[in-house]
Amino acid sequence: MALLDIQDLHIEFSSRRGNVVAIQNVSLTLAKGEILGVVGESGAGKSTIGNAVIGLLEPPGKMTQGQVLLDGQRIDQLPAHALRKVRGRRIGMTFQDPLTSLDPLQTIEQQLVETMQVHLDLNAHQARQRAIELLDSVGIDQPELRLGQYPHQFSGGMRQRVVIALALCCEPEVIIADEPTTALDVSIQAQILDLLRSLCKEKQVGMIIITHDMGVIAEITDRVAVLYRGKLVEEGATRQILGQPQHLYTKSLISAVPRADIKLRRFPMVTYIEDVQAPADTSGADEAAGWLRQRRDFGAKSGQPLVQVEDLSMRFVLRNSFIPSRRITMEAVKHVSFALQEGEVFGLVGESGSGKSTIARLIAGLYSPSQGRVSFDGVNVSMLNDRKTLNAFRRQIQMVFQDPFSSLNPRMRILDIVAEPIRFHGLAATEAEVRRIVAGLLDYVGLGERALLRFPHEFSGGQRQRICIARALATRPRFLICDEPTSALDVSIQAQILNLLKDLQEELGLTMLFISHDLPVIRQMCDRVGVMRHGELLEVAPTETLFAEPEHEYTRHLLSLMPSMDYLSREGLEVVER
Amino acid sequence: MTQNAEQARSATTASPGLLARAYQSDLFYSFIHSPTAIISAIVAIAIIIGAVFAPLIAPHDPFNLATLDLLDANLPPIWNPEGDARFLLGTDDQGRDLLSTIMYGSRISLLVGFASVLFSLIIGVSLGLISGYVGGRTDSIIMRIADVQLSFPAILIALLIDGIARGLLPRDLHDTLALYVLIFAIGISGWVQYARTVRGATMVERNKEYVQAARLIGIRPFTILRRHILPNVMGPVLVIATIHLAIAIITEATLSFLGVGIPPTTPSLGTLIRIGNSYLFSGEWWISIFPGVTLVLLALSVNLLGDWLRDALNPKLR
Amino acid sequence: MIGFISRRLVQSVFVMLAVGLIAFGMFRYVGDPINNMVGQDTTLEQRAALRKQLGLDDPFIVQYARFMGNAAQGDFGVSYRQRRPVSELIQSRMPATLELSFISALMALCLGIPMGIYTALRRNGVLSRAFMTISLIGISLPTFLIGILMILFFGVMLRWLPSFGRGEVVQLGWWSTGLLTRSGWQSLIMPAFTLALFQMTLIMRLVRAEMLEVLQTDFIKFARARGLTERMINFRHALKNTLVPVITITGLQLGAIIAFSIITETVFQWPGMGLLFIQSIGSVDIPVMAAYLLLIAFFFVIINLIVDLLYFVVDPRLRIQKT
Repeated sequence: MALLDIQDLHIEFSSRRGNVVAIQNVSLTLAKGEILGVVGESGAGKSTIGNAVIGLLEPPGKMTQGQVLLDGQRIDQLPAHALRKVRGRRIGMTFQDPLTSLDPLQTIEQQLVETMQVHLDLNAHQARQRAIELLDSVGIDQPELRLGQYPHQFSGGMRQRVVIALALCCEPEVIIADEPTTALDVSIQAQILDLLRSLCKEKQVGMIIITHDMGVIAEITDRVAVLYRGKLVEEGATRQILGQPQHLYTKSLISAVPRADIKLRRFPMVTYIEDVQAPADTSGADEAAGWLRQRRDFGAKSGQPLVQVEDLSMRFVLRNSFIPSRRITMEAVKHVSFALQEGEVFGLVGESGSGKSTIARLIAGLYSPSQGRVSFDGVNVSMLNDRKTLNAFRRQIQMVFQDPFSSLNPRMRILDIVAEPIRFHGLAATEAEVRRIVAGLLDYVGLGERALLRFPHEFSGGQRQRICIARALATRPRFLICDEPTSALDVSIQAQILNLLKDLQEELGLTMLFISHDLPVIRQMCDRVGVMRHGELLEVAPTETLFAEPEHEYTRHLLSLMPSMDYLSREGLEVVER
Repeated sequence: MTQNAEQARSATTASPGLLARAYQSDLFYSFIHSPTAIISAIVAIAIIIGAVFAPLIAPHDPFNLATLDLLDANLPPIWNPEGDARFLLGTDDQGRDLLSTIMYGSRISLLVGFASVLFSLIIGVSLGLISGYVGGRTDSIIMRIADVQLSFPAILIALLIDGIARGLLPRDLHDTLALYVLIFAIGISGWVQYARTVRGATMVERNKEYVQAARLIGIRPFTILRRHILPNVMGPVLVIATIHLAIAIITEATLSFLGVGIPPTTPSLGTLIRIGNSYLFSGEWWISIFPGVTLVLLALSVNLLGDWLRDALNPKLR
Repeated sequence: MIGFISRRLVQSVFVMLAVGLIAFGMFRYVGDPINNMVGQDTTLEQRAALRKQLGLDDPFIVQYARFMGNAAQGDFGVSYRQRRPVSELIQSRMPATLELSFISALMALCLGIPMGIYTALRRNGVLSRAFMTISLIGISLPTFLIGILMILFFGVMLRWLPSFGRGEVVQLGWWSTGLLTRSGWQSLIMPAFTLALFQMTLIMRLVRAEMLEVLQTDFIKFARARGLTERMINFRHALKNTLVPVITITGLQLGAIIAFSIITETVFQWPGMGLLFIQSIGSVDIPVMAAYLLLIAFFFVIINLIVDLLYFVVDPRLRIQKT
């Protein structure tokens, strides 16, 4: 008999626009000591399932059909007080963000002890002892000391360990982990996943891991269930599903995952997701391409690197004070130097806080460096004052940002958003011409003319990112900085956008600085790579060299953290011959 | 899939215009389904119409000294046996028709209310934008001033300004200018709320990527503030403004009641209540109560609308 | 910690100096001090001599320093209208205002906070709706109108409570208290409630709004997922997190009570500083106005300081730096 049995689950949300079916006919089983992964893209409904199992479905959500059985006993229709006893004692759940999961005003001890005293019959002293053991078992050292501390005194990874301890403290039979590593750094992710796996096997607890990250699935799950728009599309042993996917959606999902072990020419066209259709009439796109290729030069000198960064440093003041010794500063970038040749794609990789985004903004001119200089085509641009030269420089270099939901002004129409740079720099003579150019650009990035008069909120994340790319191209730049352009997107959309960027770069001969924390993506996109940590540039090498024979210890460490996905299906991929 | 493309292409090119969007919006929906919002809107509009069109629809002109007769003073409302058919709600101590005076008085109260809110809003939003966007020293200075001013309740500041004006201007000039002094006083005392909220929102928007994209294009800071940041921070300002309107109306009434607001020659609702206060205990209650009721209805409906607006605009409470 | 306190102290001194500047400006430049002090028939030479004697020709900074120095010692000059030292006037009136304000503040807190919590936890109950309606009326009714209505109802029609004055007072040193006599308490109830109503509704709405927000946070969700009882969630986790941000605003509000007492004192003829202030505005009695201003600023600054310290004590994120 299965430990947890979800049968024919059906969940609906009622809003004023009618009933939305969030989950349809989903059935899952979980055995003791087994790790089941529930994978899907955003909006697929994975968190909804987790919430429903533990009885925390938020209104207006309702379970209209189906049963949830724990150890053969039905729990979805229990009265409130009985359900409360199940929560925490028999089923535990952890959430994504460890920072907001803990009460900031209570010590760790208080939160652990109160949970245990609710479910177990322990006195204060026994509870405290147990708390110390628990903290130790999740890998927090000096548990006695840390018991009396507050959540804000723990780092992100430590906090997630505390959250796991809290979920486990009453020895539940099932744990539901909702995106347990999404908010954490790459190196911490690996540790937390290891912890979860060892705890699970040791205590023979059944675990459901809800995630969108294929790497997590590949790393620790025994079985996996694939969810698409509320429906269970495929389910089975992980190796089986990832290695030989049967359903069309699963196939396209897996083919879109960036690989570290092979290099592809392009990502496959993900046809299952109806997001973007290639417009039948490409005349607008061609016209735009022609327009884009007419660039005005910016004091061009051949043979020299296009972008040169010399001894760049940036210091941020975290807390100001009249007394110099009491000021707290942070060195975000420390003496970084590198150069980009025209037409090359240079990647910058590192964990959060490594300074890669700061460098991007320094090169773009959004920040002024504390030290060092940035040269574009031989001209020192970090200290430009002349308005005319500054504007000319601004036309040459543009940026695509990370978050598609905050990179477009929600109150401006798409036409105005993309036209803003054209109008500002006077790149078109009449308003009609502006409109034609913008329409052409939108065609070029795969959206239609019908997008012109719409507002950002009417578009999905991937479509918005295309609009951002169109806006970035509007000044006909020679240099494009992409700051984590796909980190906030679903895997399948990511593949499309990366393809678009690749195509653009080839067709227009753009020089690109590509920033990411995701090594497989870097491998697919870049010619050369720089590795950063704590503001320092540790190693620069051509991509293949870096991945084959890394020199720096940190690079080796980063490479080792990539989940092994060799057994993933390679169906439908265009592998580049070495 | 081609079917979708066909459908998409035949759909309208443009998003619906402003009015159509307003009609379909969640805001309008929650308005129609909220009986209190509808009723308070009706009440507020009724009072506003009465006030705005007072010269056209009031039965008498209470400020025309030639038509006043002291013998008509202190007459009770029409349903009282001693009442006079000419004066529906009775008369005050000068013989002025109470209904007309209330209408004209509401006019003044509303004028002071709206004008001072506008004044506060313009100063507060501008300073908030500058403070939030520029940061650094300018921000510190503006926020220091705001802190100092926050050390005082608005009413005290308003009283103070009025007192200083009284000291600086000769008496009759002060009376004629009382309206403007009051608008200035209440306006100055209220800008801090707006500034703080806008500053906070500006600091959030400033770090958003669409603002950085605009800077990358080369757009000047003033244009960025006007085109990108201002439209996106106005939401909470609207909610503050409705609450502030009710407070401004009540503050004006309070100051007038205390004798330091609008003088009795052209009384506002508060002044009327003050006038009637001395007659309360001799049984002539209508001179205070009717203006009082009008004032409360006005403040109540504005507050209800403000409440509804805040709930409707807050996505988390749905 | 020391840094925090010293920063706040510096800020407070700054505020006092700024207010002092305004008060001094009023004192010196609004109207002519000399004209207000002497009679009609004083000769020009006598006026000039008086100017010199009072140091009215000295440079601005000197006069300002002298003004602040005097103020610090409690010397605010002489009232134009009543010809008595201002400090004497204020001293005789201060106990009345402070007692009224204190009792009002207590009422506002003891009623407002529980009501706010209740309406947040039971959002749709009958009693909640009643409370919310009362609160709406509370912020729509001007304080003076409440006062008038109360006098009309309880004073004139029912004759239960006295409408004016403070009742019998007992003298304790220089402090005269009405809290020790029955008539003192009877006179206190209506003005205190009138004053408290507005603040009480504000506090209630604030607590409710804040608590509703806290109940939506992730850590409350996690607490539910751990199976904690509703009581523990509401009172141990939600309430504490609600009160922390509420403290600052509540402190400011309560400080405002002292200033709002102006209105209540006028309606009820309560012999406090507020009534004094209103009268001084009407008769342009600058020394009294200036003194009141400085005193109120002082109270506010003290209250703000206490509130900030309280915040510091209550929120561990401020107290303990990250390790």
